[in-house]
Amino acid sequence: MFFKENLVLALESLRSNKMRAFLTMLGIIIGIASVIAIISVGDSLSSSITTEMQGIGTNNFRINVREKDSNVGNPRDPRANIMGSSASAEDEDLITPEMLEAFQEQFKDQVAAISLTESVGSGQVKDERLYANVAVSGVNPGYLQVNNVELLSGRFINDRDTAGRKSVAVVSDKLVNNIFGKSVNPIGQEIKFYEAGEIKTYIIVGVYKHSESAMFIGASSSSEKDTQTSMYIPITLAKQSKTIKNYSNATIMSNTNVDADQFTKDIKEFFAKYYEKNPKWEVSTINMASQIEMASSMLSTISLAIAIIAAISLLVGGIGVMNIMLVSVTERTREIGTRKALGAKNFHIRMQFITEAMIIALVGGLIGLVLGLLLGMLGSKLLGAAPSFSIPTILLTVTFSMAIGVFFGYYPANKAAQLDPIDALRYE
Amino acid sequence: MIEVKSLEKKYFIGTPNELLVLDNVNLKIEDGEFVALVGASGSGKSTFMNIVGALDRPTSGEYAIDGVPVHSMTQNELSDIRGKKIGFVFQSFNLMGRSNALKNVELPMLYAGVSLKERARRAKELLELVGMGDRIHHLPNELSGGQKQRVAIARSLVNDPSIILADEPTGALDSKTGDMVMDIFKKVHKEKKKTILVITHSMEVAQMTQRIITIRDGRILSDVPNTPMA
Ligand SMILES: Nc1ncnc2c1ncn2[C@@H]1O[C@H](COP(=O)(O)OP(=O)(O)OP(=O)(O)O)[C@@H](O)[C@H]1O
Ligand SMILES: [Mg+2]
Repeated sequence: MFFKENLVLALESLRSNKMRAFLTMLGIIIGIASVIAIISVGDSLSSSITTEMQGIGTNNFRINVREKDSNVGNPRDPRANIMGSSASAEDEDLITPEMLEAFQEQFKDQVAAISLTESVGSGQVKDERLYANVAVSGVNPGYLQVNNVELLSGRFINDRDTAGRKSVAVVSDKLVNNIFGKSVNPIGQEIKFYEAGEIKTYIIVGVYKHSESAMFIGASSSSEKDTQTSMYIPITLAKQSKTIKNYSNATIMSNTNVDADQFTKDIKEFFAKYYEKNPKWEVSTINMASQIEMASSMLSTISLAIAIIAAISLLVGGIGVMNIMLVSVTERTREIGTRKALGAKNFHIRMQFITEAMIIALVGGLIGLVLGLLLGMLGSKLLGAAPSFSIPTILLTVTFSMAIGVFFGYYPANKAAQLDPIDALRYE
Repeated sequence: MIEVKSLEKKYFIGTPNELLVLDNVNLKIEDGEFVALVGASGSGKSTFMNIVGALDRPTSGEYAIDGVPVHSMTQNELSDIRGKKIGFVFQSFNLMGRSNALKNVELPMLYAGVSLKERARRAKELLELVGMGDRIHHLPNELSGGQKQRVAIARSLVNDPSIILADEPTGALDSKTGDMVMDIFKKVHKEKKKTILVITHSMEVAQMTQRIITIRDGRILSDVPNTPMA
C-alpha cells in the first residue's frame, strides 16, 4: 500500500523535473540500450553462424596448396590463397590422386569421404526454346556426402563414371522443371549444354534438390526461372580439357567421432611428407569447427568490449542518479522536515527516496530497452541475421536497472531519512 | 496533559560558550486548555514548542504527555507521538506543493497507517470543517495564505491528536485573515476539545485564548489565566 503512494510521489517528482530526470537517465539509457543491442545482435549472429556452419559441416577439413611462408591472403578464406597462387603452381606441386588414395588408406577409420571439385564454367542447357542456367562442376563421388547433396532420383556420379570419363550429369530439380516439365522422367534423357559456342551432350543419371537457403542474393536478383543451379559431371571429364591434372584443394570429411584438432595435425603431417623437399609449396589444413570457434571468439571479444563500455555507462548513469537524488534531498529538506513533523518515520522517508531513484533508473532502463531492441533489430538486419530477443534478458535488464536505482539511491535516501526534523524544518 | 519539569535546552556553539535557551522551565497544561505563548523574539518560544511537539529533545529535564515520558523516547517512538498525539501548524504553512489540498490533509494518516477509504473520508470532513470543502482539489499555489493555513489546520487535526501546536500561525497573514484562522482554532477548541498551544507576537491573538504564558530569556516570566473576548 505504501509502495503505491511512493510510486505516485516519485512520478510526480519526475514529472515536475522532466528535463533533469531525462538527463539523469541518459547514462542508464545508453548503458541498457547497448547491452540489449549487443545481446540481441550477438544472439542472432551466433545462431546464424551456427546454422550456416552446420550446413557446411563442422567435420570438414579443407586442404589447400599454398606458397610456403606466405602470409598472403586471409587464412580463413581458402579461395584467396588458391587464386593468388595456382597460376604459378605446376602440376607436380599439386595434390595427386595417389596422395589422396594413400591418405584414405592410412586414415580409413577417420575419413568418411573426400570431395574434389573442378569448376568448368557456366552456360545454358537448351532444348529448342526451353532453357536453364547452370554452373558446371566436375566432382568426384565423395562430393555427395561432404556437401550434403540431397538426391531426389537416380544416382550421383560414381567411380565408374569418373574412371570412364563418362558424359553423365546430375542436375537440379529446377533444371528438370524448366526443360522437361513434370510428366517426363528425366533419368536417361539427353541434355545439350551450350557454353561459348560449344555444345556438349550429357546423359542425366540423377536429380538433386536445389536449396535456396544460403543463396539469398541470387534468388532475389533473378527470377525463379532464371536461377542458376549447379550441374555435376565426373571430375575426370572436367579435367580432360585442362592442362593441370592434379588438385589444388580438396575437402576431407571425417567421421563424427574424430577429434578435430588431432585430425588436423594428422592431415598436416601426412601431406608435409610430400612437400618436404618442395621449395615453394605446401599444404595447409583448415577445419570448419576451428573457424567457427575463431569467429565466435572474435564475436565474444567484441561483445565483451561493448559490454565493458555499457557497464561503465551504467556506472556513470548510477552515479548520475545518486547525484540527482542528493540534489533532490537538499532541495526538499523542508519537505522532509514537514513529513517528519507529520509522523513520518525514518524508513518512510528512506523508502520514498529509494522508490524515486528506482523509478528514475527503471524509466531510463525501459527507454534503453526499447532503444536497444530497435538497435538490435537494425543491427541484425544489417548483418543479414534474423533478429532474436530473449524474454529472460529483457526481464533481467528491467530488474537490473531497478537494482541500480536502489543501489545508488540508497545513500541519498538514507541521508534524507537521517535528517534531524528540526534542522530540516529550519532549512532555508 | 502536558507536564514539563525543570526543562533545559542548551546549544553548544563551541566550548566554553554555551547558549542556554530554556532555563529550568516547569509547566503543566491540562487537557482542553487553549494557551498562548508570548515573548520577545529569541526568547525560546519555538524551542520550547519543538520540544513539546517531540521534534526536538531537551538537554535535561523531564517531559511527559498524558503521563508518558517523552524525553527518553527513540526516534521512531517520537515519530509516532508526532503523528498521533500532536498536530502541527506552521507559520509558513509547509504544505506539499505538488499535492492538492485533499492529499495534503491525508498525508499524516498515510504515515499513521489509515486505510485509503478512511483517509479520503476524514480528510474531506476536516476540509469541510475549516471551510475548504469546495477547494479540495486545489494545489497550494492556487490557494490564498489564509486558505493554505486552513488546509494546514485540517491536516493537523486529521489523526485526531490531543494537542495542537501552532507556531505563529497568523504571522504570515494580514490581521483580518489572521482573525479568521484564529476563529477556526476557537471552533476546533470548542467542538473538538483539543489542547491548543499558540505562539504569537500579537496581543490581540493572545487575548483570544484562556491562558497566556510569557517567556523571557528562556524562563517563564508570567503565566496568567485570561478571559477570552467574545
Ligand atoms: N540550532 C541552533 N543553534 C544555536 N542556537 C540556536 C539554535 N536554534 C535556536 N537557537 C537560539 O535559541 C534562541 C531561541 O530561539 P527560538 O527560535 O526558540 O526563539 P523564538 O522565541 O521562537 O523567537 P521568534 O519569536 O523570533 O521566533 C535564539 O537566540 C536562537 O538564536
Ligand atoms: Mg519562533
